[in-house]
Amino acid sequence: MRFVRVSLAAAALAAIVAGTGDARADGDAAKGKIAFTQHGCWQCHDFAGEGSVATSNGKVIARTQLPLDAFISFVRTTDGQMPPFRAAILSDQDLTNIYAYLQSLPAPKAVSDIPLLNSGVRSQ
Amino acid sequence: MSKKDSSLKLNRRKFITAAAVAGASGAVNPAKAATTTTETPQRLPSALPPNAYVAANEAGTPQMPARANGTPGSDFMVDVIKTLDIKYVPANPAASYRGLQESLIDYGKNTMPEFLTCMHEESAVGMCHGYFKATGKPIMTLVHGVVGLQHATMAIYNAWCDRVPVLVIGGNDMDAAHRPPGVPTFHSAQDINAIVRDYTKWDDTPVSAQHFAQSFVRMYKIATTPPYGPVMMSLDGGLQNDAIRDFGEQLYIPKFFASAPPQGDDAAVKEAARLLANAERPVIVVDRAARTQDGVKHLIELAELLQAPVVDQGGRMNFPNTHFLSRPPNVIGQADVVIGMELSDFWNTVNGFVDNGDDGFGKNITKIKPGTKLISISSVDLLTKSNYQDFQRFQSIDISMPGDAEATLPSLIEAVKSSISGNRKDAMTKRGDAIRQAHAKGLEATKQAAAIAWDASPINTARLVTELYAQIKDLDWSLVSTSGNTSGWANRLWPMEKHYQWLGSSGGYGVGYGAPASVGAALGNRDLGRFSVSIQSDGDLMYAPGVLWTAARHKIPLLAVMHNNRGYHQESMHVQRFANFRNRVANNGNDLAPIGTSIMNPDIQYHELAKSMGWWAKGPISDPAELGPAIKEAVNVVKSGQPALVNVLTQPR
Repeated sequence: MRFVRVSLAAAALAAIVAGTGDARADGDAAKGKIAFTQHGCWQCHDFAGEGSVATSNGKVIARTQLPLDAFISFVRTTDGQMPPFRAAILSDQDLTNIYAYLQSLPAPKAVSDIPLLNSGVRSQ
Repeated sequence: MSKKDSSLKLNRRKFITAAAVAGASGAVNPAKAATTTTETPQRLPSALPPNAYVAANEAGTPQMPARANGTPGSDFMVDVIKTLDIKYVPANPAASYRGLQESLIDYGKNTMPEFLTCMHEESAVGMCHGYFKATGKPIMTLVHGVVGLQHATMAIYNAWCDRVPVLVIGGNDMDAAHRPPGVPTFHSAQDINAIVRDYTKWDDTPVSAQHFAQSFVRMYKIATTPPYGPVMMSLDGGLQNDAIRDFGEQLYIPKFFASAPPQGDDAAVKEAARLLANAERPVIVVDRAARTQDGVKHLIELAELLQAPVVDQGGRMNFPNTHFLSRPPNVIGQADVVIGMELSDFWNTVNGFVDNGDDGFGKNITKIKPGTKLISISSVDLLTKSNYQDFQRFQSIDISMPGDAEATLPSLIEAVKSSISGNRKDAMTKRGDAIRQAHAKGLEATKQAAAIAWDASPINTARLVTELYAQIKDLDWSLVSTSGNTSGWANRLWPMEKHYQWLGSSGGYGVGYGAPASVGAALGNRDLGRFSVSIQSDGDLMYAPGVLWTAARHKIPLLAVMHNNRGYHQESMHVQRFANFRNRVANNGNDLAPIGTSIMNPDIQYHELAKSMGWWAKGPISDPAELGPAIKEAVNVVKSGQPALVNVLTQPR
């Protein structure tokens, strides 16, 4: 069976044009954390959504800037490095909760506020 | 197979008889038996009684005549080995090489080489592997016929894929009429070398002492001529144990002279230089190109001459990441000429594979523009075998030079100098300026990425390596291994400029390389006055953790900081991926990851494991605030000459 492929950018655009935006942004972050763990999202994105150059091409999903619909659309249809999660194994509600969890993660510290990243690593 | 004369047959029979008598007398000592049956058992002394060697020396016991008349073959073998300045023999003891072992430690005085006790043959070969990469000098190992070699195989395959010379000698009792029955016969084979022939450069089975001398020097020479690789010798038990027989020829040890490494063809070098000099966007890609600081220096010279970005794939420390021409792999997509030097996978350098898609076979993608010219210098082209697929997918190359990259670099540099016309220099300077800006921006982006989840627990891998570097930055450090996957943070954040500051990975991706290779490299670094540090993953350590004991036993200072993500993480992702493809929820059992891929419940207390084998150790640490102080303590221990381990619970990658 072939699935409709929707690129990340197209999905985001579609969501914005449709005006749905974050209409279902009523997710439960606590439940989302559980789903994030149970469904193995952490394997490529780490527990705090920081990701890795080795597993997520360096993409950071903590506090993702994608609208919820685009986020869900991407997870459903990705044919890139990430395997898709269909609705049969991860419901829209689960994804909405995961989205809420990702939004609840703390903002990263500024590099200037981390002394080790200023004086403790390579400077050139 | 060695020929046997009648006197030796007699000696073997006598040996069996003598052994039986000795065994019987040892088992039933009349005086001792009487004591134990009539008296209350006494407390055992706190010190062990002297062994036979010590007792014989202290009591002045007359030496019995040697069982075999003349010089044992294995004594001569030690003479041969000593001519090649081989410093160590990490090995697990085995009956099939008992003759040579005895000669090494007694006749050879256990120096040059020194026997190091290993608890697994895979560890022994891994140590040889790491040692070479730290020092540039090969060492040898001894393995038991059949079973010992079978244990060693994965590590030999890693050395083969990583183009590292390792000298492997396997004991093998070949004479069925004389070898002891039972276990030694189980451990004998017609051709033990066949087990590893597909991934060794050369092997042999000498049948005389003189043959051994020729073969040993030959195997050393073959192993250390680029492309480097492991070599194997099956060494007959009789040949070790029997007295040297006179073949009517004076025994001699061939003198070793190193071979000059093969270089790229002159005409091809000039054509490659012409392409590079006239390219708008040339890119240099290196994997195992530099094996010495000279190699690093020459790469810098070539890159600066061309003002071309260099992508270091990290098989070795080829190019300083502090140099403004050091760039990430995505620059390959903009190239019009790509020169690859000692790449383990050229196809995957200019193409990619995505393990996804509806057809179930994954997707191939190209990373380069149509018409991009490809140049290769690789010594591995001179040695390709059929069975194992380490040669990777076939890539068409415009100019392919079978030859050693480091050896070819000086002539390539000269050819490029001759090819650069005056009107190209301005364009090159502008290109360099743009790369310099991109390099600076890239570093800032890397630091920003490292800052994400900085305070997370389990500990972020970027934080792990940064805290580690803070404690070693003022030392002459060498990152000997990073097993598991820490997203390359050390290579991205630590300033790497010396060729020994990063020794590369296993080569064959056989898990279990990290721990023994780290110990072997630390052994080499110890003698060179360097401070060795490894990032040690959990799964890798548990293949053969006995190498921890070897490090403590032989006082090999190594700081192992664990990347303990409590799983075979790569496999977790593979199973998850297939569950997704099949529209099924992955069954995690009672763990976090799909069944069979977690290392938890119970969590392994690696710090306790290390302590039990004589290491200083601390952990488990999951609070990032505790990490720096723990590593600081460990560094002081290692500076005192002991190994130390810090068990850190980490994020997956």
